Amino acid sequence: MSHLAWEIRITLISIFAALAVSNCILFIKMRCFSGFDDNLIRHRIRTWWALAGLFSLALCISPHGGVYFFGFISFFALKEFLSMSPTRRADRRVLFYAYLSVIPQYYFAATDNYQMFLVFIPVIMFAWLPTRMWMIGQGDGFQNAAGTLLWALMITVYSLSHTAYLLTIPLRQGGSNATNAAMSLVEQTPGPGLLIFLVIMAEANDIFQYLSGKPLGKKQVSPNIAPGKTYAGLIGGICLTTCLAGFIGPLITPMDIVHAVFAGFMIGCMGFAGELCISALKRDLKITNFGATLPGHGGVLDRVGNLIFTAPFFFHFIHYCYHQ
Amino acid sequence: MNKILRIAFFALIVRPLMMIVLGTNVRRGELLPSSGPAIIVANHNSHLDVFALMNVLGLKRLPSVRPVAAADYFMTRRLRRWFATRIVGIIPIDRSKVRREKGKHPLDPISEVLRNDGIVLLFPEGTRGEPEKMDEFQSGVAHIARRHPEIPITPVFMHGLGKALPKGEALLVPFFCDMFVGKPLDSQLKKSELMNQLIVSMDELAAELPIEAWN
Repeated sequence: MSHLAWEIRITLISIFAALAVSNCILFIKMRCFSGFDDNLIRHRIRTWWALAGLFSLALCISPHGGVYFFGFISFFALKEFLSMSPTRRADRRVLFYAYLSVIPQYYFAATDNYQMFLVFIPVIMFAWLPTRMWMIGQGDGFQNAAGTLLWALMITVYSLSHTAYLLTIPLRQGGSNATNAAMSLVEQTPGPGLLIFLVIMAEANDIFQYLSGKPLGKKQVSPNIAPGKTYAGLIGGICLTTCLAGFIGPLITPMDIVHAVFAGFMIGCMGFAGELCISALKRDLKITNFGATLPGHGGVLDRVGNLIFTAPFFFHFIHYCYHQ
Repeated sequence: MNKILRIAFFALIVRPLMMIVLGTNVRRGELLPSSGPAIIVANHNSHLDVFALMNVLGLKRLPSVRPVAAADYFMTRRLRRWFATRIVGIIPIDRSKVRREKGKHPLDPISEVLRNDGIVLLFPEGTRGEPEKMDEFQSGVAHIARRHPEIPITPVFMHGLGKALPKGEALLVPFFCDMFVGKPLDSQLKKSELMNQLIVSMDELAAELPIEAWN
């Protein structure tokens, strides 16, 4: 626990407080409106408790706990992706290599090996997986199989692993004459704060979109892909996320308020874009969700859609502005 | 059966394997029989099928669950035989000897389990065959239904494990297993009608997912 600053502990506690409040609201609604029994919302909140619990536990146990947490998320998301997408029987062994690549990718993130982290999937796996595929000697469906597998690996492993790298990224330390004693814990070990900031913003953006889209929304952004997403929701979500980021960012991350506001705006936009990519993918596969691993949400991939673009964007933003 | 080893195997090996490496998406799990006597019929793609089904049925029902399996395959080598009978708890049926012998009906061992309130798992395709392809159903299930017309038959369609571990492969590749449970069949129907009902029910369950041919 000692690696977590008090600001971060308070943030984690307030997540649970927010969940408790939503449980209370649900309870009161069920009491006042007899007959109101929303199973979906109930399951969804219960799953949020489990997710928040596991996430906090992982962060509290060790400085690398979040690496394991997101490593498993990547593995589950990749499994859902490959189970739902058409694959070739001949490629079973190639898929096995794709699963294995989760381990080195997260290892490079955990050990702050920047170059290997950047090249492992887009360069090494990009060459190795199609090579292993031609070795099998089946030309039929090669293009689709290679394309599907590399795209799966990019969104479920490469993108998501940037969350884990936030934990170990070394940042520039304040002014040149600042000593360790004068710095707050948030500045000394910025990792957990950055990760929690990203996750809270991405999930809050979802909730804000829903809250502002539900009463105000009329015009749909993309009626064929995601009928529930409206312009009002999109704009409201981005605005509220930007405000929240400006408030939380300076507290739990080394960012100043200008950078925090920009990060919030970016997370709002890219979170929406990622979410709609997953929706389009589901349309194409003719499914409504990626399984039932998270009751009330669907599969893991349904939940992390808002992280697939935000994680690399936010990581590189931090790296560009604050790297040593 | 070795009760303790069986529970330990399913709790400590099968459950983590199904939860982390593979994973099951069950639809309408509440339609599965809560206690014996009952018959569950499923399509067969992989050795993992039986573990996935028994894992979904859970440790509480585990003592009464007995899968029917081919004696000519599982009763050959010593270790395989020990594992199949003591841990998995199969009811061995010889696929090559389907005739009556010395006044004993080949389905007698299944009837005995059903009389003792067991849950019998049956794969009427009779073989794993080509992965993710449904073979023709053998009519053994109809013969059992005729002997026990009061016992419900629950159809279960499974998809995915044939990709994870198909026949003749040793490398396990993670894939989700979809498990769709259907409404119990009418066990009192005649043989051909019952088989028809089973085929229709399985096709309906299979149509719930847009599954492309796997080759």
